[in-house]
Amino acid sequence: MSSDLIFKSAAELAALLEAKEVSSVELARAFIARTRAIDGKVRAFNSFDEADALAQARASDARRAAGQARGVLDGIPVGIKDVIAVAGQPLTASSRMLANFVSPYDATVTRKLKDAGAIPWGRLNMDEFAMGSSTENSAFHPTCNPWDLKRVPGGSSGGAAAAIAAGETPLALGSDTGGSIRQPAAFCNIVGFKPTYGLVSRYGLIAFASSLDQIGPLARTVEGAALLLAVIAGHDPLDSTSFSTPIPDYRAELKRRRGPWKLGVPREYFSAGLDAEVDGAVKAAIEFYRESGCEIREVSLPLAADYAIAVYYIIATAEASSNLARYDGIRYGHRSKEATDAIDLYFKSRAEGFGAEVKRRIILGTHVLSSGYYDAYYLRAQKVRTLIRNDFMRAFQEVDALLAPVSPTAAFQQGEKSSDPLAMYLSDIYTISLNLAGLPGMSIPCGFTTGGLPIGLQIIGQPYQEAGLLAIAHAYEQGHDWHTRHPSL
Amino acid sequence: MASPPDINIDYVANLARLALTDQEKEIFSRQLGDVLRYIEKLGEVDVSQVEPTAHAFPVSNVWADDVPQPSLPVEVALKNAPVQRDNMVVVPVVVE
Repeated sequence: MSSDLIFKSAAELAALLEAKEVSSVELARAFIARTRAIDGKVRAFNSFDEADALAQARASDARRAAGQARGVLDGIPVGIKDVIAVAGQPLTASSRMLANFVSPYDATVTRKLKDAGAIPWGRLNMDEFAMGSSTENSAFHPTCNPWDLKRVPGGSSGGAAAAIAAGETPLALGSDTGGSIRQPAAFCNIVGFKPTYGLVSRYGLIAFASSLDQIGPLARTVEGAALLLAVIAGHDPLDSTSFSTPIPDYRAELKRRRGPWKLGVPREYFSAGLDAEVDGAVKAAIEFYRESGCEIREVSLPLAADYAIAVYYIIATAEASSNLARYDGIRYGHRSKEATDAIDLYFKSRAEGFGAEVKRRIILGTHVLSSGYYDAYYLRAQKVRTLIRNDFMRAFQEVDALLAPVSPTAAFQQGEKSSDPLAMYLSDIYTISLNLAGLPGMSIPCGFTTGGLPIGLQIIGQPYQEAGLLAIAHAYEQGHDWHTRHPSL
Repeated sequence: MASPPDINIDYVANLARLALTDQEKEIFSRQLGDVLRYIEKLGEVDVSQVEPTAHAFPVSNVWADDVPQPSLPVEVALKNAPVQRDNMVVVPVVVE
């Protein structure tokens, strides 16, 4: 029974719970047992609190027995990337700076999960402070791709993606600043969804780049992502960047909307540097939509393709240098024992607490904001950002959504890119531009390489059109079974 | 856009309150030099008539009513403080 449960979709588990064929405690036990059995190899988790997860599960079963289940996700475990606050649980951002930090409060998304009866559990590994594309920048340990343990799961939400792929949790919350949900989802054969900027509250998300960060769902299926998105989306007075917009019933919408749609294919995204097998799988997906009656149009995003990475590594690092200034060894976080006075305390605590990639990005961000460089770098990048956004808005005048690769390659080997920061940055080429433009985007499984590595299809939507995006993805998923495969571990 | 002088890593690390080893300074200067050279390509773009985008969507002047709400109790707020005494965070000397 256990081995059946761990690879079921969230919707299937919800149906079993509702039919009382399984209890929430049995579910929690199954996922905890699976995690104990294989996480020694996968290393998706930084930690998990078994007693707390079981207590939440017992409370869910009691509610259900009293006829008071709170909703579809009542009783379903949701793994949490170690960057989102859960009161009483560690909140480390996979950094030595916060290795002993315990969150005193719930993020808004955490509160919403609990209000819906879902069970936030576990602290999932990530690149330190969400800076990275492989989870190799975790200060604690790397996470291994369940499809090939010598390869990376992607990043920065690598732990979340690997945990779902390995059957350790059915759902997870991650964060995406430049592709950090979508790329690991693609590398691990699962669904990863980044909402429109402002749809989901950032209150309780450790800030990396405030104009780019979004929390989003990871799941085995599009429907699972829709169910989780419905719980976490919505305006939050505690986040002044959150948007007021009615939240549709995403699950109902993805079943109701059948297409056909007008889909754009950005010509610049299919050029040199894209692995031939990834190109083949994504093109096959485009053909599926064409054969289903969709109109496929070539569109052009010239500035996005050429300049998005340069713009991102100015804006994101600038914002990060500001956001990470709070880690000074004073009120919380690592405090150096070597310091002579308060200022020295800042220098040494930060040097000891931050890893190399974090330091690199703080330095770059500080540089591009500094006097004499601000106009040439930061201000210029903000202007090119406007032009990149305009590229997308122009395309959306002709099409409903865009189809593209997620990453130029499938999962790479551990260590392959970690010594060349620029090479790592360049691998974000297809995901980064959405964060700059604030658009929603998702990755769904669309095939495997001959070596057995997953390939993801990226679907990019119009602002606040999550329902349409989910429906387009669901249509593909209904016609394929890539997402039903799981690695043998 | 002028060609990038190398980052004055001592100056920037000082601004960022980061104590770097000599080895780190050398490695980071080189790696970030590569990144800055890559970023130079932004100089190709004509931005003469373009407004900057600080954030993607036009949400601004978000007001909240000035109504007192409960905040974190002191013990909770200080739970992660490295050293504390009498409801205060103890720090090294700031002002002589």
